[in-house]
Amino acid sequence: MTPELIIAIIVTVVGASTPILIAALGELVVEKAGVLNLGVEGMMLVGAITAFVIVFVTGNHYLAILLAAAAGVATSLIFGFLTLSLSANQTATGLALTIFGTGFSALAGQGYSAKPVTLLGPLFPSGAADSVWRVLFGYSALVYFALIMVVAIWWFLKKTRAGLILRAVGENDLSAHSIGYSVVGVRYLAVMFGGAMAGIAGACFPLLLTPQWAERMTAGRGWIAVALVVFASWKPFRLLAGAYLFGLVMTMELYAKAGGGPLSAIPSELWAALPYLGTIVVLVLISIRRDASTNAPACLGKPFLPSN
Amino acid sequence: MTLSRRTMLKAGAAAAALPLLGTKAFAQTEPLKVGFMLIGTPNDNGWNFGHATGAKFMKDTLGDLVAEPTIVENVPEGPDCERVLRELAQSGHKLIFATSFGYGDYVIKVAQQFPDVKFEHATGYQRSDNVATYNARFHEGRAVCGTIAGHLSKTGKAGYIGSFPIPEVVMGINSFVLAARKVNPEFTITPVYISTWNDPAKEADAARAMIDQGIDVIAQHTDGPAALQVAEERGIVGGFGQGADMSAFAPKAQLTSIIDWWGPTYVGSAQAVIDGTWASADRWPGLKEGEVKMGPYNESIPADVVAAAEAVKNGQIDGTFNIFTGPINDHTGAERVAAGVTMTDGELLSMDWYVEGVNPPA
Repeated sequence: MTPELIIAIIVTVVGASTPILIAALGELVVEKAGVLNLGVEGMMLVGAITAFVIVFVTGNHYLAILLAAAAGVATSLIFGFLTLSLSANQTATGLALTIFGTGFSALAGQGYSAKPVTLLGPLFPSGAADSVWRVLFGYSALVYFALIMVVAIWWFLKKTRAGLILRAVGENDLSAHSIGYSVVGVRYLAVMFGGAMAGIAGACFPLLLTPQWAERMTAGRGWIAVALVVFASWKPFRLLAGAYLFGLVMTMELYAKAGGGPLSAIPSELWAALPYLGTIVVLVLISIRRDASTNAPACLGKPFLPSN
Repeated sequence: MTLSRRTMLKAGAAAAALPLLGTKAFAQTEPLKVGFMLIGTPNDNGWNFGHATGAKFMKDTLGDLVAEPTIVENVPEGPDCERVLRELAQSGHKLIFATSFGYGDYVIKVAQQFPDVKFEHATGYQRSDNVATYNARFHEGRAVCGTIAGHLSKTGKAGYIGSFPIPEVVMGINSFVLAARKVNPEFTITPVYISTWNDPAKEADAARAMIDQGIDVIAQHTDGPAALQVAEERGIVGGFGQGADMSAFAPKAQLTSIIDWWGPTYVGSAQAVIDGTWASADRWPGLKEGEVKMGPYNESIPADVVAAAEAVKNGQIDGTFNIFTGPINDHTGAERVAAGVTMTDGELLSMDWYVEGVNPPA
């Protein structure tokens, strides 16, 4: 492998990992507040079509990211209203949200499938291609946003009072409620944050990866994001490592096959299954270590019913 | 009228029965109702777009003889498709096109229960009295693309983004590289299967992986233009549109494209049902019949290369050239087809080996 090829692989891996990382970070915060939102894939699709339409109409990539986040929040509020205000089953509602997002984005995207846009360019334009500069500074703003959010979310959860309240709501909603915190309010904010992140993750598809709109173009990456939160035991930095590992596996398959060599002998079906197999292995390892808890928020997925 | 599968299912038996009553009462005067079952959506700019365009052409051509075609989108290859087929048949559709390979078993099953309804299955092989099959010789178009690639590629290395290693895809890869090696005997092609028909981000990453490793021409057998967009961005020699003209996405990189043109097929079948002359058959037309067409050649292609491509195209149209005429060696160098022998359709439809010049995947 030449240094140029290694640099090229790194750049592709970072691109493939970024939407998964952003969506998973949002879901991590949601789950830390005790809510399980399986609608990530649907919210990502709503974000993707919103970003595409805005770029197509205005040509402004940053406005597209902003409105994709807003569309993600709007979609997440449907979930929030049903599960937090009406105490609907979170699992079923999340699945329904994915079906809704898939259908809605397809409907909104009618007529946009045969239209190209342009990708969001690097944040620090430079003439020096294929160099260390490119590995460090050659990416669009979305990549740096994802990395900054890893640190920001870690700091928020660990170091701030608001983060402590959010974790308390996720670990013991009744206690948090009894000492005067609004469980439903905190959870609404967390769900909206998760929606914004999923919307931005969706925006990565037409802005970062491939400048077009295609129905279901997230192709299951929202589910990888959900799996990744468990894989990472609800820890932001482990999530970062996991997202890049998933991206590496997804990308190495393509490089191995296009370039030949021993790795190309692995069937593509196995490559496609590797991230999920990895998740299962990690789950098994975690559950074997019985002394350590899985770190899952204790109230995850349970509706808040203070009257009981 | 475009119905989604979900709408169809929700509408349920009651709604499905209403048109049935109507059809019974006015069978002699009503226009022919034609149903189409798609695996994806017409918005894919590729395979499903081609069938929906053909359906529209049928309606435009036959006018009042046919009703507005019913297009059911996003029907998975499984028990769901059996239900959709039955609902279409029960609601008075007398001609039903099932346009994905995996529908085959269900088409045969439902057709037995509706002997007065004609079914046509695209890319399938199972027929009965009221089930016909049809396909298109896309590989003929790939021979034209391969000829252009052989002339223009500087590295002599092409990549091929494939969905699944089924005969239809393998045939296209072989056709492409056989044509390219008639121009450049050193030409090689590397297939990368991505295990999906539609994942634009993965298609784009596959294109990046190919270009980063010295491939300067990309062909594809997946449904979208993602690979061509990467080719355009990286400024490689180019690639080929699949199923539709994709030059809007890659005006420099799209060298030409293979276009599916089902319109005349659908007009012919509907007319035959109206006339009462419909009979079960297997049809596999190609460039000659106009069911496969070539898109415009990119203006960057030199005139002599265009002439060579046209020669291959016209040779296939007038029957003087067949890309699968021997001698053909497989990828290990062993002779598979003797000189002067042309492979039969049966051999092509079960093709599970790669010709010389293919770097075979696992």
